[in-house]
Formats: sequence, C-alpha cells, structure tokens
Amino acid sequence: MAQKVTIEPVTRVEGHGKVTIHLDDNMNVVQTRLHVVEFRGFERFVQGRPYWEAPVLVQRLCGICPVSHHLAAAKALDVIVGAGTGHGLTPTGEKMRRLMHYGQIFQSHALHFFHLCSPDFLLGYDADPAIRNVVGVAIKFPELATQGVLMRKYGQEIIAVTAGKKIHGTGAIPGGINKNLSIAERDALLNGPAPLNIDKMIEWADAALQLFKDYYMKNRDFVDNFAYFPSNHLSLVRKDGALDLYHGVMRAVDAEGNKILNDVDYQEYYNYIEEEVRSWSYMKFPYIKHLGKEKGWYRVGPLARLNTADFIPTPMAQKEFEIYKAHTNGKPNNYCLHTHWARLIELLHSAEVIRDLLRDPDLQKDDIVTKGTKKFEGVGLIEAPRGTLFHHYKINENDQITMANLIVSTTNNNEPMNQSVNFVAKKMMNGQATITEPMKNAVEIAIRAYDPCLSCATHALGKMPLDIKLYNAKGDVLDHYRS
Amino acid sequence: MSETVKFTIDGKECTAVKGQLLIDAAADNGIYIPLLCHMRDLVPAGSCRICTCKVNGRYMSACTTPVEPGMNIESNTAELNDIRKAIVEMLFVEGNHFCPSCEKSGNCDLQALGYKYQMMVPRFPYAFERRELEASTPKIFLEKNRCIFCKRCVRLIKDEQGRSIFAFKGRGKTLEINIDKKLAANMSDDLTMKAMNACPVGAILKKEVGFINSIGTRKYDKEPIGSDIEKIHQ
Ligand code: SF4
Repeated sequence: MAQKVTIEPVTRVEGHGKVTIHLDDNMNVVQTRLHVVEFRGFERFVQGRPYWEAPVLVQRLCGICPVSHHLAAAKALDVIVGAGTGHGLTPTGEKMRRLMHYGQIFQSHALHFFHLCSPDFLLGYDADPAIRNVVGVAIKFPELATQGVLMRKYGQEIIAVTAGKKIHGTGAIPGGINKNLSIAERDALLNGPAPLNIDKMIEWADAALQLFKDYYMKNRDFVDNFAYFPSNHLSLVRKDGALDLYHGVMRAVDAEGNKILNDVDYQEYYNYIEEEVRSWSYMKFPYIKHLGKEKGWYRVGPLARLNTADFIPTPMAQKEFEIYKAHTNGKPNNYCLHTHWARLIELLHSAEVIRDLLRDPDLQKDDIVTKGTKKFEGVGLIEAPRGTLFHHYKINENDQITMANLIVSTTNNNEPMNQSVNFVAKKMMNGQATITEPMKNAVEIAIRAYDPCLSCATHALGKMPLDIKLYNAKGDVLDHYRS
Repeated sequence: MSETVKFTIDGKECTAVKGQLLIDAAADNGIYIPLLCHMRDLVPAGSCRICTCKVNGRYMSACTTPVEPGMNIESNTAELNDIRKAIVEMLFVEGNHFCPSCEKSGNCDLQALGYKYQMMVPRFPYAFERRELEASTPKIFLEKNRCIFCKRCVRLIKDEQGRSIFAFKGRGKTLEINIDKKLAANMSDDLTMKAMNACPVGAILKKEVGFINSIGTRKYDKEPIGSDIEKIHQ
C-alpha cells in the first residue's frame, strides 16, 4: 500500500505551500507534489472595471513584486490604447518604466540573496534552523546584513521616484508614465551620500556575486549535485538575443540549447502556451503547446533567462556571464542551485542598467504619454524577478475589462518546482519511514531556489513554520514534525 | 450697501455680509468648516450634514444657515468633530469605497476627511450594497458604488438648455445616482471634466483619464483638506 508524507507549510518561501511525498510499500518515493491550495481571483475582480484601473488594481496581488504586475498590466494596456509595444512609447515613457522595473529587480534579488538564500550557505545548509535565518546572518555577518537592507532600500527609492511610492504606486499608465525624473531625484540616486548611490550599489552587487562564487568553488559538489534535471527554459529576450528584463520577444530553448520558440511576438502567446489544470492544485501548469504536456513544461526566472539570452548588454555582468556559461560549455544550465548564481549576475546587471538610465537625459523630458487607435485586446509580458509574467486583457466598447488572464512567474515554474522537490525527495527519502532533518532542509532549499512567490500565484504573504506529517497506508500519522 | 455683521466662531471675531451662508463666511474668515455637498454659488443642499455647527447652542448645518449679527458659533469642538467623524464613517460603510485602486485617491474629499478625523475602523457595519457601474455613455464612467449623494452633479451639470444630466433614482436603501444617457451623449470634454472635478469622490470618472496625476502632486498629498482656507488669514 502506498504511503504519504506531508510537509507543510514551507518556511522562507514567500507565501504558503505544502509538500506531499507519496511512498510505495517499500518506502520508495513514487511521486512528490507541491500543492498550492489557495486561490486569489483577481482575474475575476477586474472584470467590469475600467481598463486603466488594471495596473493599479492588479498589482495588489502581491506586496513583494507589485511593480511587475503594475508594468505587465500597463504594457498590455499600451496595446489597447494604440501605443503599441516597446518603442511605441516615448523615450521618456519607456525609460522611466525600465528604471522602475530594474529598481524592482534590484531590490527583489537583493532581498532574496541576503534575507532568504544567504542563511543557507553562509551558515551552512545543515545548520540549526533556529539560527539559519536572516537574524543568524545579522549576528554573524552584520556588515553583510546591513548591505542587504540598504540595497533593498536603494531599489525601493528608485521605485518611489518612478511609481510615486515604494509599494503599490501609480506611475505606469496606459501609453506611458505619469511623471518624469527630476534632476534632484536623479542626483540623489546617482551621487547621494554613501552608501546610497549607484557606484556603491554596483560594488556591493559585485561583492555579493563574488561571495557566492567563493562559496561555490568550495562546495561545488554539493551545489552541482543538489538537484539537476534537464528542462526547457523560457523568457523574453531582446530582438538581438540580449538579456532584457523589460521588453522583447519570447524565446525558449531545450535542455541542449536548441531553440524551440524563437522571435515570438508575445501578443500571440496563446498560440504557443497552454495551461493545464490538475485536480490537486489551484495553480495551473503551463506548457509549450507544440511539445505537449509531458515534454512542453519549462523553467522561467534567472536560470532560464541566462539560458535563453545570448549575451548581457552591460560590461561587468557580461564578463560574469561568460564565466558562468563556461561552466556548462555554453550549453543551458540545468543545475537548480545555480539559479542563485544567475540571480546575482542579474543583480549586478540591474545595477549597471540603473546607472546608465540615471545618466540618460531622456528621463527629464516632458513627452510622457502616447496614444493611438484603440484596440480591444492587449497582452503584456515582462521578466519579473522570478520569471516571465503574462497579463492578457480584453475590453468592450464601454472600456470595461471583459477578460483577464494572468500567468505569473511562480505558475510558470510550477512543474519545475514539483520536479525539483521530487528529485531531492527521491534522493533523500527512499527507503525511509521517517522525515530526517537533512531531508526537510533539502525540500525547502529546492523550492527556495525558485524564489517562488506563492502569495502572488495565489495567496497572502506569510512566513510559516515547517510541518511534516508521515502517514501509513491507512492514513494514521506515523511521524509528525513541527518546527 | 450690504450690511456687514459681526459674529464669533470658536471665540474668534469674524465679519461677513449679512445673509451670507455661514460655511462661506467662515472660509472668508480663514476658518475651515468641513463640507462635502456644499459648493459656493450652488443652491444649498444641506444633505451631508458634515458641516454641522452649534449656532447659539443649537445644531445647524453651516451650508444652509445665513449669518446674523452676534451669532455665537462653535465648530472645532471634540463633540462636533466626533459627529463629523461618524458621518464620514457612515458614508464609507454605506458605499463601496476601495481607495487603493480608485483614481480619485489623493484628490478625494471623503478620503481626505477620513484622514483629517483619523478614521481607523468605522464604528458601523458595512452595508455592502451592490450597485452597478454605468459605463455605456461615451465620456463618463459612473461608479455608483462610490456616490455619497451630495447632489453636486445634479445641481451643477446641465446641458445647454439647462436640463440636469444627472439625477437620483429610488429612495432610501435603493437610492442611486443616474445619468441621462441621451443628454450625456452630447457632453463636451470640458463639461465632463467639470462633473468629475465637482464630484467629491470617485463616482464620476472621465473615461481614459485615469491616474494622470502622479503621487505627490495630488490635491491632498502635501496638505490636509482645509489647509488652503486656514492659510488665508494666518
Ligand atoms: S455622483 Fe458624485 S457629485 Fe454626484 S451625487 Fe454622487 S458623489 Fe455627489
């Protein structure tokens, strides 16, 4: 008879998740599932609302990366108001939005690295969970913890001057933006008193990356072998193949690096992406249509982006990209924990992009909104910190939203997260009837590599204790662990 | 010549033209009495009661009371401010006011009064009335859930022949603001903006205008409601 192990909820994942591990009679893992049991309903709330409310309303999905939703919705509405995509906006409109977005990426990646991921490798993956957290890092590495806080603050300042406030601003409006960047705002970010200026941020981002590489060199075996499985990878890339987190065309590569989607205009994403519903999770499972459910699932996020992009258009990050790519001989990287490495390269890249944007005089110009002939449907895609985010809206002749479809990054990563958890469960769990400490940690680490925002996929933010239950075939609890 | 009269508000000596409405006379003397339904030069409605003062010891609405010589008026007292706060709370629970995604946020008089009176949680239960949105006119979105029945639009917004474009329908619980679709079809952009600006909340929205004022530049981002009036005589 089959056995079932339940781990819920997972700590240091933003949101709320539960893991069940299904064992057979010989205590071998047959299947592992990451359940997401909550549901948010924003796609329904926005129906009937005036379309220009969407960027402000839908961003309330999330307190972690609202800017991504704000911008993805605004990008979809750019199409609806006839401004088109990408360069359809005025230079000021597009660049202000880019600044907002890279500010968001910067703060989110910094948060993930310093607060959520660094405890694992600074204090050791097997350290006592009581100290293996951000407080433990702050006690042992106070300087580093301070850097984390200040980098996040810097990113939030960028969001505040572009979106109007740090969380849930209103900056992006259909066809553009509602403010430009004043000279005073620009100067404060460029040359503010140390450490809150862009040069220091680039220095710290680089230092964080070097720190991870150091750790990696010393723990290569662990990092490489933790969870490895081949998959497809999907993201936006700039038309010329450069990494671009704000705008581009859809590209997907397989585990070998063959392009399975290339140069796809995301207005037609629905011709390429399908979503599967499975009874045990509210979160859907997207896949690439022509490859089918079994073979078409893909990863998104930092790991995927550095697999699809040909190069990074800023010098320091490009140098790091080359080192990173050399590790897999230029082939796609399928090592789960290398996501942290990729994320830190993106952190550095974001800081460089922010610097270049701050120096751009277009940000002080007054031509901020574009309008053209109205359309009744629009799609907006953006590379959110955690991966590709899809917003799709239809409106009626009265300007009311009639349909909204959102595929958030964590939903895109649904299958890969399940695969990762399955991978580590099989490795650590087989033949055991009890849940061991290393096993518990491994499951958490596997999920955390994706920086999943389950709140955004479904539910509200919360840091939950770890709860593991082991059942026998009759449903009796054999073992119960609660932190 | 019109007669000048003297009176006091919260002990401060004021002067005004005899017969001027107390709420306007107070403003001209640098004293802000909160208001939602009142608009200078419109026929007083006296519907929201937020301007309630004590005039010679009796509760009176300042927007319907002409000043008389020697009047002794109390306005900024703990008792009256609590009554006003209660009115704001009632308005919040009676409609469906979701400030986070309302484009009037920051420019909304009701929200500004909520801040002024430090409303945290309303003392009354939410009614959760369900009112439909009227979106079928070419220029206006009428968000009936946010209407506070001040009647400003009904009194102010007329077509060229003087016909009201807005009107109330129903009574009591079923009362709601309505728009004459035929008349609304011919509204100019200016008249539409005038209606949107007159509405103290986000019930009248000009289509496609959303969120053009960035946070920091909105009416109540920098100063609380009434500051402009209180500054006149400082
Ligand atoms: S729609 Fe606005 S102006 Fe008209 S009655 Fe309602 S709140 Fe007052």
